[in-house]
This record gives sequence, structure tokens and C-alpha cells, in this order.
Amino acid sequence: MAEQMTGAEMVLRALTNNGVTHIFGYPGGAALPIYDALFQQDAVQHILVRHEQGAGHMAEGYARSTGKVGVVLVTSGPGATNVVTPLTDALMDSVPLVVLSAQVSTTLIGSDAFQECDTVGITRSCTKHNYLVKNVNDLPRVLHEAFHIASSGRPGPVLVDIPKDVQFAMGTYLGPDEIGTTRHASYHPATDGDAAAIAAAVDLMLRAERPVFYTGGGVINSGPQASERLRELAELTGFPVTSTLLGLGSYPGSGPQWLGMLGMHGSYEANMAMHDCDLMICIGARFDDRITGRIDAFSPNSTKIHVDIDASSIGKNVRVHLPIIGDSGLVMAEMVRIWRSRTNAPRTEALAPWWEQIAKWRAKNSFGFTNSTTTIKPQHAIKRLHAATKGRDVYVTTEVGQHQMWAAQHFPFELPNHWMTSGGLGTMGYGLPAAVGVQVAHPDALVIDIAGEASVQMTMQEMSTAVQYKLPIKIFILNNERMGMVRQWQDLLHGGRYASSYSESLPDFVKLAEAYGGKGIRCSDPALLDAAIAEMLDYDGPVLFDCLVEKHENCLPMIPSGKPHNEMILPDFTEAIGDIIDAKGRQLV
Amino acid sequence: MNAHLLPTGSPYFSVPETQLPERHTLSVLVDNEPGILARVVGLFSARGYNIDSLTVSETEHDRGLSRITVVTVATPKVLTQIKLQLARLVPVHKVHDLTAEGASLERELALIKVGGTGEPRSEALRLADAFRAQIVDATTESFVFEVTGKPSKIDSFIALMAPLGLIEVVRTGLAAISRGPKGM
Ligand SMILES: Cc1ncc(C[n+]2csc(CCOP(=O)(O)OP(=O)(O)O)c2C)c(N)n1
Repeated sequence: MAEQMTGAEMVLRALTNNGVTHIFGYPGGAALPIYDALFQQDAVQHILVRHEQGAGHMAEGYARSTGKVGVVLVTSGPGATNVVTPLTDALMDSVPLVVLSAQVSTTLIGSDAFQECDTVGITRSCTKHNYLVKNVNDLPRVLHEAFHIASSGRPGPVLVDIPKDVQFAMGTYLGPDEIGTTRHASYHPATDGDAAAIAAAVDLMLRAERPVFYTGGGVINSGPQASERLRELAELTGFPVTSTLLGLGSYPGSGPQWLGMLGMHGSYEANMAMHDCDLMICIGARFDDRITGRIDAFSPNSTKIHVDIDASSIGKNVRVHLPIIGDSGLVMAEMVRIWRSRTNAPRTEALAPWWEQIAKWRAKNSFGFTNSTTTIKPQHAIKRLHAATKGRDVYVTTEVGQHQMWAAQHFPFELPNHWMTSGGLGTMGYGLPAAVGVQVAHPDALVIDIAGEASVQMTMQEMSTAVQYKLPIKIFILNNERMGMVRQWQDLLHGGRYASSYSESLPDFVKLAEAYGGKGIRCSDPALLDAAIAEMLDYDGPVLFDCLVEKHENCLPMIPSGKPHNEMILPDFTEAIGDIIDAKGRQLV
Repeated sequence: MNAHLLPTGSPYFSVPETQLPERHTLSVLVDNEPGILARVVGLFSARGYNIDSLTVSETEHDRGLSRITVVTVATPKVLTQIKLQLARLVPVHKVHDLTAEGASLERELALIKVGGTGEPRSEALRLADAFRAQIVDATTESFVFEVTGKPSKIDSFIALMAPLGLIEVVRTGLAAISRGPKGM
């Protein structure tokens, strides 16, 4: 039903029509008409952040833990430039976001007006698509299209820049179903994979002797039913499963066929299975350099099937033999159907030698570490945290660094959408605001940010947001008083010269938590750790947990840069760590 | 190694690539909306692809469509990426590789200013005639020639004008279309 209203009112109407209940934002001059419209309704709740980067990561956490679109509202100029990092993060990790940015009035655009910036220009390369709306009557269509583009195909961030005069102007509102054909008839992402290609894939799977499923964030993005299909497919075929950092949870961490995460800090068995397999079935992952290691030595003898909704991901880094362009959930459902029509007996015997080999690799216990009774080992802290939260509805976010990799190694997930981490961009400062966003979406769940003391300071101020909205997030800082991952690389590559990698002048995190109105806990004694964790979990409110851990622990295993998968550094390495990487490897990151 | 898994001759197995760079002309049908050119050019620069020539203009006003002709030099693998990355942009309708798809026509227009008097001036005129160049501006000591054709023809005309008083050149870049009855 066409209705007359202002542009600002259209924004609110379009949000409710697209099922939005929460947005994360920060006001400013150019955004005030939209804020005024927000004030006069209560269908959409606004979460006031402390920095627009926080709003972006909160929306990411919200989106990844629900499968819904995360929405951000910022003002022009600095408000818009502050969301560039989360936009890039969301683009790299395929997170559906709609970011609404206010802009100076159309009459002022181009005049270097106060708080004017070329938002669509700046964000063009870090969005899936973006718009500047100059006519209020275009606004409903653009907003509905933004939600459609953000959430369909390979999800990603979409930005809509709305000048202040357009927010004030009266125009005709049309709902998502009344818009008719959207303007971009050019946009029609793939869904079903090619039936013959899927049948060809099943043929290969039926003949494989050393197969592996290599799954990624695409399985999570396809929705919970895709994870169910993966579990079904794994059970039917009896194949081992590994996953990228972003795909964790799509196959249960306790599952019998689970090899652990693969890649630079992945398990020995996962990486060796990738290296030695005869058939690699890649589903919703993209052969990123953290996965492949040295590309010319990557899984040299395998036939590769690649299922992806984004055709440009296929063949980009690694040549694949059988590409299937489509939604991972739909393709796997079809694989299950065809497999069932061909056989109903698992190929236990044919796969037995492969599983024997995998058992030998597993026996290396590549996530092993030497525990201590005097200092808390970071891996041990994560294992205790996992043990203490078992059976609860727990969501984990992380910052970036060693703690992130240890969390991926030692905190197994049983369900998709419960693990939020910045993979592609590796954004320090992601975890705390992402946890806030997750807690907004799941008020009764336990939400933990596994953090490093350096990363957490990048968006620390969102602790204040958590306190304001009574969001009981738990920030579990593995405090090694170092930028641990940087320190590890300096040991590997730069003769142990620790240029700027000490975390000096650290705040007293307990006092800091109290200053924000939250609770602070400190623990440095392994004997007291369980009790301290219990205290954190029992507290009904935001907690900063300062866990003082071993300062020079290395994150292992590791595929050093420039090396293939079968040359991992294992926890029991004996060489001097500075001698492992050669000159060529040093140039890689 | 994997004899039991070797490609079955199914059309879904991509062919192995040779890695020599090739020059290809791509025709890209896009919505004529603000920022579309920046989006396409930004894609090329962000991903390190080459642009040898680029032309863009609205071609179907009623449907709001423009056609971008872009000439690029890349290995087959990168070329595939370029096409897929272009196709992924929301306002892009179609990407056609005219070079790969067979016979196509390629034309370019150039305006060429040549100065001089006496014998060089007469020689320039004779050559212009041979190349079917039009004289679109003349003074007693200069001409502007308009020449249309394949880029190689324009290259040779410019080379011939160089010793005869060539002052400056402007070229449109390539416009290309497939031969035969079928459209994009
Ligand atoms: C915004 C940003 N800046 C710089 C980096 C580079 N970087 C990667 S890990 C890291 C150190 C992280 O230290 P900390 O948060 O203490 O975690 P730890 O490695 O000690 O667990 C740095 C600086 C980054 N990933 N993101």
C-alpha cells in the first residue's frame, strides 16, 4: 500500500518490513532525522555504541550468530569512515550487513561541506554493493534491494548513503512486495548446482580411497540445514571432515570423523589428509593462503571438487577438476539423494587403510602442549573454560592472535553459528563488540570473548555499551603481556628482536572493569583457575577476566610460510625456531 | 597416481591452462547508473589486472543500459577471474569475451593533428587519402584528420604522420561487436 511519509520514516518502515528488530549505531548531525524517527517508534531497538567500528562488529556478531542481516546506522564523514574496517571484515568473511550512513544534503555534496566525505567512493571496494540515494522515492526500493543483496548469494555488506535532505523529504513508500521487479535485473546469484556435475561428484566420491571433506564458512552461511546435510553426508560416506577457521561448528567437534581445523595452525591429521588425499571435496571454502600453504605443493595428487556459490572463488588460487556453482546446502542435499540412490552400504572396507593412516597422524597429538603447575598455559585455560561451559548454550567470539588459534584448536563446537571470529581480515578488536552483538541476539545465552590483552584494547570502550544494555558478556583475556603472535613471528623470522611487540603500560583490567561498572577478576595460579572461571560464569553482568598466562608460549602446530603441508612444525620440534623458515618464506606473510 | 579418479571426459572438468598472456576484448553490459565506471575500473586496479583500452557509453537509453568495451592482457587463468569478478558486480548484466567467442569487429576512431607546409603537407594529404581519412579541420599550415578502423590501421597511419609534422593524437579506444545475427 503506497503511503506518503518522510525519507527518515521510510528507513524505519523498511527496517521493520525486512524483519529488523535491533540496529547498532551512533548519531550525528546528518543522521538526526533518522534518529528522530527512531525515537518515535519501538519496533526497532537501537543499541548505542561507543565507536562506529564497534557498531559494525556488533552487527557482524549479531548476523553470524542468527543468520539474519546485521544493521548499522552511522552519521556522515567520520561516522562513515569509522565503519570501513567492519565493512571490509564483513566482505572478507561474507557476513550480511546493511549499513545506513547519513550524508550531507544533496545541495552540499561536492562542496567539502562539514562532515562530508565520499562515502560511496570510500566504501566501493569494501562492500558487496553500495548506493547513494538522491531521490526520496528511490529510497524504499534501494533499502529493500540492500537487504536482498546482503543476504542472498554469497552474503556481504551493503551500504546505503542517505543525504539529510532526502531524510526530510516526503515521498511514496512501497513495501518489499510492492516494489515489483527490482532495478537490478542483473543480480541473480546461483542456487542449485548443476545436476550433472553433482552426479559426477558423487561418482568420484564412490570411487575415492583417500577422500576428505574440506568445508568452510559457506556451509554456515547457507543456514543450519546445510550443517545438517554435511553431517548426513559425512555419515553416509564415512569420509573424514576438516574445516577452515570460519567453518567450525558445521560438523561437530566431538564427531568421530572430525579431523580438527586445517591450515596454518590446523591439526597435523587435517593437513596431512589434505596433502595426501586422492579426492578433496571442498564445500564453501576458498583455498585461502592460510589453508593451502605453498601453493605449488598443495595437495599435489588429489582430484578436487569445489562447491561454491561464488563462481569467482573457483579456480582463483587452486585449479579444481570439478567445479559446482551453487548453494552448499542445496548441493549437499542433492549429493545425499544421489548417494542414497547408488548405494546404502558405507564403504568401510575401501576406506579402512585411509582411516588407519589418519589414526597414525592423530597419534602425533599435534595440539598437545606441556602443562605447568606454576603458570597458566593459555591452551589449558581454554580447555578449562570449555569444560566449565559444557552443556550450556555458549557462543564464543575472539580477537586476533595466538589466543584466537588456541580457541579454534581447544574449544570444540557442536553447532554452527556459535563461533564468531575475524578470519579473512584478521581484525584485532573484533571480538568484544561481536560478543555484544551476539548477546543482543541471544540474551539468555552465555557469550564469551576469548581475547588477547593487545586486541581487546582496540575496542575496549564497548564494555560501556555492554554495561548500559545489561549484556552479561564474559571477556576472557589470555594476558601474556605480549602481542603474542607478533612475538612468535619475530622469533621465527627476525632473530627474536621484539620490535614494539610488548604490551607495555597495560591497564589494571580489574580496575578497568570496575570503572566501566562491570566485574573484574584476575587469576595467575593454575590451582585457582577453575574457581575463578566459575566466579566469572556465575556473575550476572559483564566480566573482564584477566588471565595471566605463560608469556612465551608458541602457537603450534604451524605450517611455516613457504612450506607445504607435510612440513609442519609440531609441538615437539627440536630445531632452533629461528632457523625453520628459509629466505623465500620470509617474504611471505 | 589417481587413475581411478582421472577426469572422465565430463564437460564439467575444467581444462588445464597454458600460462601465456593473451590479449582479449571483453564486452560488458551494465546498468547505466552513477559509479558504474568507477566500480569496473576499481575492480581492475584493486586486483592488479591490466586495462589496455576502455570505452563506455550508454547504448540502450530506454532500458538504461551501457556497454563497456575493455581490452585486457592476461593469462587464461587471470582472464577467467576477470570475467567472473566482473560478472559478480551487482549492476553487471553480461560479460562476453569477444576474442574467445569467435569472429568480432573492432573499430576505433582517431583525430590526428598534423602541421606543415610544402612537400610534407602534400605527402600527408596523399597518405590520408590512401587511408580514407577525412579532413575535419584545415588551416594553411595544419590539418586535423579523422580516421576510423582497426587499431592497427590507426597505428600505421600515426606512424606515417610522425615525420610529416604530427602535432597530437586523440583516440576513442576500442568499440567491438560480434559478427553475425546474434546479439549479446
Ligand atoms: C587491527 C590490527 N592491527 C594489527 C594486526 C596484526 N596483529 C596480528 S596478531 C597481533 C597481536 C595480537 O596480540 P594479542 O591481542 O595480545 O593476542 P596474542 O597473540 O598475544 O594472543 C597483531 C598486532 C591485526 N591483526 N589487526
